[in-house]
Amino acid sequence: MNKRIYLDYNATTPLSDEVKKFYFTELELYANASSLHEDGRLESKKIEQARSECASLIGSTSGEVLFTSGGSESNNMVFQTMKTVSKKNGRKTIIISAIEHPCVIESAKQLEKEGFTIIKVPVDEHGLIRVEAYRQALEKDPLFVSIMTANNEIGTIQDIKILCAMAHERGALFHTDAVQAAGKMKVDMKDWDADYATFSAHKIYGPKGVGALYIKKGAPIEPLIRGGHQEKGLRAGTYNAPAIAAFGHACLCAQRELESYISLTKKLREKLRDGLLEKIPNIRINGHTEKVLPNTLDVSFPGAEGEAILLHLDLLGISVSTGSACASGSLEPSHVLVATGLGPELAHGSIRFSFGKYSSESDVDYILQNFPPVIERLRKMSTLR
Amino acid sequence: MQDWLYSDVVKDHFQNPKNVLMEDEASWPCDGRGIVGNIQCGDQMLILLRIKDDIITDVRWKTYGCASAIASTSILSEAIKGMNINEAYKLKPQDIVSRLGGLPSNKIHCSVLGDKALRSAIDDYLTKNGKPGLAGQEEVEVICTCLNITDRDLEDAYKAGDRSWEELQARTKIGTACGGCKERALEKMHEFEHLYGE
Repeated sequence: MNKRIYLDYNATTPLSDEVKKFYFTELELYANASSLHEDGRLESKKIEQARSECASLIGSTSGEVLFTSGGSESNNMVFQTMKTVSKKNGRKTIIISAIEHPCVIESAKQLEKEGFTIIKVPVDEHGLIRVEAYRQALEKDPLFVSIMTANNEIGTIQDIKILCAMAHERGALFHTDAVQAAGKMKVDMKDWDADYATFSAHKIYGPKGVGALYIKKGAPIEPLIRGGHQEKGLRAGTYNAPAIAAFGHACLCAQRELESYISLTKKLREKLRDGLLEKIPNIRINGHTEKVLPNTLDVSFPGAEGEAILLHLDLLGISVSTGSACASGSLEPSHVLVATGLGPELAHGSIRFSFGKYSSESDVDYILQNFPPVIERLRKMSTLR
Repeated sequence: MQDWLYSDVVKDHFQNPKNVLMEDEASWPCDGRGIVGNIQCGDQMLILLRIKDDIITDVRWKTYGCASAIASTSILSEAIKGMNINEAYKLKPQDIVSRLGGLPSNKIHCSVLGDKALRSAIDDYLTKNGKPGLAGQEEVEVICTCLNITDRDLEDAYKAGDRSWEELQARTKIGTACGGCKERALEKMHEFEHLYGE
């Protein structure tokens, strides 16, 4: 096997050639961005440049962008802040969706232990929030709502603008984890009117270990990491200036390339989807048909188990991910697929293909040629067929 | 590939499983049939045996399962050909795992399906032939060495409804002396959930 076909861009992206080149140059700079001397001022300028590039991608002002170590930190910071907000306004209910990322689910569970009430709003078979259930949950006058923009597994995109407006009507704050959405669809904080939103560099061809939290002007926020004046005292720790600068550059590229990215990945996704439907009988395409990330294709193959499928693909040189329990060593399949109502066989037998800007038609051709026999073989040896 | 997830032996058996039945079950008449596993947890295993004079002459298997389940059953199927059923009944999952060149600890429970299905197939054969089953003859693993509590005791406790460490302790007193067996005991409970879970 010579070349690997990487179709796991939702897990993480490589540094793009352009970001890599930029990042390498930035790595030559080493000064502490908080220092007053020229070296420090130069770094500080780079950070502010990155802040404006990030703000431009997400449709906010620079002053509303806070740099963090990534998506998990940003999400945790918002949840921890809610403790203080709750003390002020007395509200104790938090709404999340049933398909959130584990860092949101775990943050919510922690607050539950500390006396908050968590309501998990269900989704329909396509992964969209059940609006009636959401409306009912909002009647509890929640403190705060956290619903992801686009799902990492099935790619389903929520109507954040409407969900956010509904929360605001009930006086609740609104957060969206937009880690998977940025760079793949238009993200517009001003239009959506969310109070908080989470972003990560390594999903948009930037470095790992850096991300951002959008905080709407005036929205309450508390530091998670204390002990420094960085980020207006909200995020202590010496700036990782080269990574932040590279994140900014990745935002710039993502904004510039959004249209070509969408048209490329959408074309590849549809080619793979149609090819799989044609070549493999009895499969199920998961997620919404229209409101879906252009690059994400989640498919269930009844009768074949996901970890076995993934490892056969791995041996063919193709990198994907699965919702099977066996891949994580647990007994529970993906909570996202289960939330959409998939039975255990469909959930365990799911594979996520996520395309990126370096994917090509020949990748899809190679899969369509080599992958169907894998499913045929696993199904023939299966007890379920 | 330079460095695969599992050992070369696992990889080989995963890619080229031995004695796997690709056709319908009915196409391979057998003397003993065993099926175990739980689709909820993502795997199920079927073993078919042909037996003559208590010797396993041939075997076929089918699985809905992960790479570890496929590889461990493949190597098990090779190992039991020509073996007396009493001997085969006493094969331990650890024997299979060591033949595979090891498995990560969180995948051990996937490898126990094969030998459970094997024992079930042998019991099926014995029952069909009017002989007493061998249940209780499998090798036991002492989990709690202080109080001599075995995996079979834990299996009984699981079947009686225990799920948590506290419930196990209340019933069997396991780990009430040194407590060093807790991790292994919970691993075994994980296996049982895999085998018998709802």
